[in-house]
Amino acid sequence: MSKTVKLRKGFDINLAGKAENKISDSLRSRTYALKPTDFIGMQRPKALVAVGDNVKAGTPLLLDKQNEQVNYASPVSGEVVDVKRGEKRKLLEIVILADNEVEYESFNKYSVSDLAKLERDELKAQMLKAGVWPNIITRPFGVVADANDTPKSIFISAFDSSPLAPDYNVIFKGEDHAFQAGVSVLKKLTDGLVHVNVNGNDEVNPAFLNAEGTQVNKIIGKHPAGNVGVQIHHIDPIAKGDVVWTASPYGVIQIGKLFLEGKYDAAKIIALTGSEVSEPQYYKTYSGADVKTFTEGNLKSDHVRYVSGNVLTGESIGEGGHLGFYANQFTILPEGDYFDMFGWILPRFNKLSFHKAFGLFSFLNSTKKEYVLDTNTNGEPRAFVQSGAFEKVVPMDILPVHLLKAILAEDYDDMEALGIYEVIEEDFALCEFIDVSKHNVQSILREGLNLLQYS
Amino acid sequence: MKFIRDIVEKAKVPFEKGGKLERFYYLFESVDTFLFVPNETTKIKGVQVRDAVDLKRFMMTVIIALLPALVFGTYNIGYQYYHAIGQEPASSWDMWWIGIQRVVPIIIVSYVFGLFIAEFAFSVVRKHPINEGYLVTGILIPLVMPPTIPLWQVALASVFAVVFAKEAFGGTGMNVLNVALVARAFLYFAYPTNISGDVWVYLGGHQTVDGFSGATPLALAAQTLESGQSVVQSFAAHGSYSLSNLFYGLIPGSIGETSVLMSLIGALILIATGVGSWKVIVSVFGGAYAMGLLLNLIGANQYMLMPAEYHLVLGGLAFGAVFMATDPVTASQTETGKWIYGFLIGVLTVIIRVLNPAYPEGIMLAILLMNVFAPLIDYYVVAANKKRRLKRATV
Repeated sequence: MSKTVKLRKGFDINLAGKAENKISDSLRSRTYALKPTDFIGMQRPKALVAVGDNVKAGTPLLLDKQNEQVNYASPVSGEVVDVKRGEKRKLLEIVILADNEVEYESFNKYSVSDLAKLERDELKAQMLKAGVWPNIITRPFGVVADANDTPKSIFISAFDSSPLAPDYNVIFKGEDHAFQAGVSVLKKLTDGLVHVNVNGNDEVNPAFLNAEGTQVNKIIGKHPAGNVGVQIHHIDPIAKGDVVWTASPYGVIQIGKLFLEGKYDAAKIIALTGSEVSEPQYYKTYSGADVKTFTEGNLKSDHVRYVSGNVLTGESIGEGGHLGFYANQFTILPEGDYFDMFGWILPRFNKLSFHKAFGLFSFLNSTKKEYVLDTNTNGEPRAFVQSGAFEKVVPMDILPVHLLKAILAEDYDDMEALGIYEVIEEDFALCEFIDVSKHNVQSILREGLNLLQYS
Repeated sequence: MKFIRDIVEKAKVPFEKGGKLERFYYLFESVDTFLFVPNETTKIKGVQVRDAVDLKRFMMTVIIALLPALVFGTYNIGYQYYHAIGQEPASSWDMWWIGIQRVVPIIIVSYVFGLFIAEFAFSVVRKHPINEGYLVTGILIPLVMPPTIPLWQVALASVFAVVFAKEAFGGTGMNVLNVALVARAFLYFAYPTNISGDVWVYLGGHQTVDGFSGATPLALAAQTLESGQSVVQSFAAHGSYSLSNLFYGLIPGSIGETSVLMSLIGALILIATGVGSWKVIVSVFGGAYAMGLLLNLIGANQYMLMPAEYHLVLGGLAFGAVFMATDPVTASQTETGKWIYGFLIGVLTVIIRVLNPAYPEGIMLAILLMNVFAPLIDYYVVAANKKRRLKRATV
């Protein structure tokens, strides 16, 4: 039975630099990378290749020694040119210099009718082997799923409400067939339902609306309405002991293609966004592409931050960085490393604020106004004072401040009781944005999750 | 701007790690961040942009909301002065001048002793940044003092409040009790003669004119318990305590508390900016009114029979509801809790006023008491949230 969820809480950050509805496939990155740091909870990544090795798309590049059955595969074919390591030889990045034509490792290929006959274990084995498994994320904790679990349901958020997010109608256009195949595979992995949650206020890609064997729910509201965690909370909430899996539409399509075409297809349409991009638009490329290919000669200024992902949950990757595994957008922002004289009291019209405190006039602007925000923190860390604000941007029956305090106090029982299993970083990202006292809310939350996961 | 920044950068050197004045780093930091929002940028991972608000601006909003009460209070000191000594001022400027002479030194003493001595000392010893909380407290303390308060008492109370009500609990954000009210309660119990009785009108050494009574409306109301006269009549006999006068506030009282109108203007600013919780403000008034009505029904004495709306304009109820009860640190932290917290403050204020006339001003004690109970209210609100979640659990 399909549900409609209306959310009243939340906040849309309307930034300048939306991707124009135009897909270019003329630019090809030279290098692509796979970063173990993208996979939260990967404790002991081990490189399976060395510099100079030749790999195909789908060749395993690394695995987690804690969970060796999951392969993490190369997005393209080519030569391994760098295995970057950090302190204590921590594996940071495996860089592939791509061939002109992508060659694929071959995996078993099925027709739609054969696919329906496959057993759960056969499906899992192929997914684990071919590198599509990391698309499946488990809740609680938001880490790559344990293949031995059987989730009570699987959730797919079919829209992204975060700032400058790519339009799923553009980047997943015409993928109906693969999406359907992916959904059929996922359906076999759970005893419960596969939920596809679509934006109730917008046109929806028919691939999502017509997916067979799913429950399609409508979600209406501001960001974080598109966050899968918020959707789970309202549709089939997680209690202690429950396991729910989530996957992005991209992941579902990739899984579908693996079974239909017998290859690990890491082709991806990404959005190049942000106020500093001269011509923000979509590009056809592969997972892990380097950012420079798209930004060279396409920036308005040179003192910028390169972000893989969106401005709320993304990661600064630097000029030579590569797209994160789960990201499908780059955001290029002006750096904010300047001093602002009396900036804490002067009136502001152009700096966005959720609050209406004295002199912050952004609430007077039209909701359509697009802001150019830089990376300045706009203030220094202070004691936690304000109450009642975080609650306004977390559209769940969760008390964010109390949960965060329980984490800081390392009170395991309280963390559980206050619902830590229902949230991951992205669900509290707006709290971090609006925080008057400039706390690092997302990293505090992850500390709490780590405490519970590894205790 | 660059020029000033260069000077600051140069001055910063001895305060940095390894420098001679390293231990005073947070003193420097507070001046530096006052002049410039720092060039700090967001971390590699997490939010890449942040809201334009910061704690300084948040606190400044409260100060701006306090300004009407402060300005009016300053004028009122002069007004009451000339009224009491039975002279006509040459111009309204004279009234302002009397007020300014009283108010400015009190504010200076409050900031110097509370902020520059107590807070700075703790920031050096404890090595924590100087939070902006005292910006507000430093102005709240003068506003709840009578205009005749000796300056040394302001100094003592400010230091006592900062040290024992705030820093002893861990500093800004950690205190259980409202700091400004602790300052007042401290004086109230330590030096009662200077903060009760005939202290509400500044006379500057002059004699009052014949027939002048500086008794506050609350004191008059309490006296009706013995005289048996109706409160409204006794207000009328006094002359200047009509309902509208009580609302506008040209009456004797603490510097900032007399005018309900000015407090309501402040409330509008706090509510419009979202800095103060409207739930708390509304529920304090609601609680006081409801309790007033209930006492009307009981009606055992004249004070109980006083029309309930008088409770809303008497004493510091409005000021306390708007500026003290809404203190986000000491109030209830949950949204449901805020309703209960505010309502009980209103109820308790009226109970203390009417049933215990030894303490004519009930709001101060009511807020302090509810500050103590706020965590308990929150405890039950949070427990209800946990319970809802537990119901779903299968293990």
